[in-house]
Amino acid sequence: MSEAKRFNPLDYLERTLPKLVIAPSFMAMMVFIYGFILWTVYISMSKSTFLPNYDFVGLIQYVKLWRIERWYVACKNLLIYGGLFISVCIALGLLLAIFLDQKIRLEGVLRSVYLYPLSLSFVVTGTAWRWMLNPGLGLEKLVRDLGWESFKFDWLVNSEMAIYTVVIAAVWQSTGFVMAMFLAGLRGFDSSIIKAAQVDGASLPRIYWKIIIPSMRPVFFGAVIILTHIAIKSFDLVVVLTRGGPGYSTDLPATFMYAYAFTRGRLALGAASATMMFMMVMAIIIPYLYSELRSRSND
Amino acid sequence: MRAILMSVFSFFAAATLSVTNSLAGEVEVLHWWTSGGEAAAVQELQKMLQKEGHMWTDFAVAGGGGSAAMTTLKSRAVGGNPPTAAQVKGPQIQDWAELGVLTNLDEVAKAEGWDDTVPKVVADIMKYQDGWVAVPVNVHRINWMWLNKAVFDKAGLAYPKTWDDFFAAMETLKKAGVTPIAWGGQNWQEATVWETVVAGVGGNDFYKKALVEADMEALKSDTMVQCFEVMRKMKQYTDPNAPGRDWNLATSMVIKGEAAVQFMGDWAKGEFTAAGKKPGEDYDAMPAPGTEDSFLFNVDSFIMFDVKDKDAKAAQAAMARLILSPEFQVVFNVNKGSIPVRSGIEEQPFDSIAVSSMGDFAATAESGGLMPSMAHEMAVSPAIRGAMFDVVTNFYNSDMSAADAASKLAAAVGEAM
Repeated sequence: MSEAKRFNPLDYLERTLPKLVIAPSFMAMMVFIYGFILWTVYISMSKSTFLPNYDFVGLIQYVKLWRIERWYVACKNLLIYGGLFISVCIALGLLLAIFLDQKIRLEGVLRSVYLYPLSLSFVVTGTAWRWMLNPGLGLEKLVRDLGWESFKFDWLVNSEMAIYTVVIAAVWQSTGFVMAMFLAGLRGFDSSIIKAAQVDGASLPRIYWKIIIPSMRPVFFGAVIILTHIAIKSFDLVVVLTRGGPGYSTDLPATFMYAYAFTRGRLALGAASATMMFMMVMAIIIPYLYSELRSRSND
Repeated sequence: MRAILMSVFSFFAAATLSVTNSLAGEVEVLHWWTSGGEAAAVQELQKMLQKEGHMWTDFAVAGGGGSAAMTTLKSRAVGGNPPTAAQVKGPQIQDWAELGVLTNLDEVAKAEGWDDTVPKVVADIMKYQDGWVAVPVNVHRINWMWLNKAVFDKAGLAYPKTWDDFFAAMETLKKAGVTPIAWGGQNWQEATVWETVVAGVGGNDFYKKALVEADMEALKSDTMVQCFEVMRKMKQYTDPNAPGRDWNLATSMVIKGEAAVQFMGDWAKGEFTAAGKKPGEDYDAMPAPGTEDSFLFNVDSFIMFDVKDKDAKAAQAAMARLILSPEFQVVFNVNKGSIPVRSGIEEQPFDSIAVSSMGDFAATAESGGLMPSMAHEMAVSPAIRGAMFDVVTNFYNSDMSAADAASKLAAAVGEAM
């Protein structure tokens, strides 16, 4: 009888323990995330009104959804808000990280200053900015009281501009986080490369532009993924800051979904909008993931 | 499918309720009355029920004007474990009744003579296929205009009774440097003003056709265009900071004399009272122009879920009976600032505004001017109400023409049906 064939309980345990430990959370994830995604997709093709109903009606809810003007407003807002939020956060975050990386004094203090907004919830951020951006209470009144009588900053109450106030508040909240990500990336950068480039006579901006920033690609990747999901699931910030208004001019797909599914007794239509949101995320994330992961494996 | 769902429902409801309610006469009551006066008002019911030997389990869900409570109720019901009683209003009562999960309250109703004391328009909302399935609690009147007396006196203006007088007065006040209309820029507040305008400009019959029956012809009619034009005209008499403003902040503008009038239901009275203001001296309330003969009502009500346990059934019946008893009607409505939903209640404990409201309630019940409020979930299904809200708020907050608004209204309501 050879040694290898003998059953060793300890070996067996060692092999199966990880699977056993992971199994409950894996099951929970399968049911509560993927199971419910499938359930939502099914509900979106049902007759559900204020309670779930499983009669299959096909894609009618999607046809209805794309006939509702408010849904277009919500999608357009998501494009404006998501696009600006992600690009401004990354640009500002990178800029701040580069400045902080110049071995300046008080770096620790400054870093905390920029990171601090992250510790607030979007509800707090939204409330604070609602007061600051209110023309009668905040910034506009302050500047006018200081003597600039004709100063006007009424974006919050202007249907055309209100969505940009959401961008301002969200950028204020998340820039510090992106900065921290870039700062970590910059700190990990091999300083001998910078020195070598300097010996070759390259200026500092050129070194950043041509060498360091391109090497930050994985950080960009992480930042985009994180910011995209923050943008798409944005709900509380809008609810608190503008309540979707004026009118429904700052509605986002998430607030649209909530309104239809839970306050208007149109669960199926709400589920259809949720499915559309899911598909939008997939449409952006999958090609990006694919190109990033492929190019990295080629490296 | 619905039948299966219903049977699954009632099976679970019966199974779980008979277990949880094996204690003598317990009622679990889901409601969203959590703020000061409301909480005090609902506690009175709790006390009265306990005096009769029943147990009360409070299940208060705050927030969102009841939408949080409704979400909780749905999840409890789908889980097969609904509470004994829940605060549900308007057409949603029919939705629940259709599932066959509600207790029929006809026995209590007959013994207590509800049909004789509760106006028919209100009773019809509480009934499913001619049987009582819900108990009305209180009445709020929506179509009030709140006026700051000092502001009107200073400008030498009388209170406006017609829309022409109203806009003339607003013009004078604007020139005098007051914000004429205190406006709360949230969709339900805009819809509240809008439905008041529809009743005031279009009249009672038009209101019923357009906002209760959701009749396509009425929704896109010229009268509706006129209603939207009045809304548009109002906007120039509001301040630019109105978007997003809470109703009570708008009320406080009137209290402080920064603004002259506000259109809001009679819960605004609580803000005036809390600020120490007296009706007739500091402020006044009158029906909005053109709505003297209209009474847009908002009635809160409780539905009772079907329970098998005998003691729980007795407690349920007791709760239903107590809610419409004269003692509770007085103590609850004085606390909440609303008026009794049944006739035969003495006027003495109520303030002057409530008394005039009670008179109008009885009179309009006779004349046909008593109509359910669309904005406050009494008239149409939540889906249609939502569609109306979207058009009204989008119209008010953009430069859409009144004619476009009326045709969009008809289209949106048609889509939601």
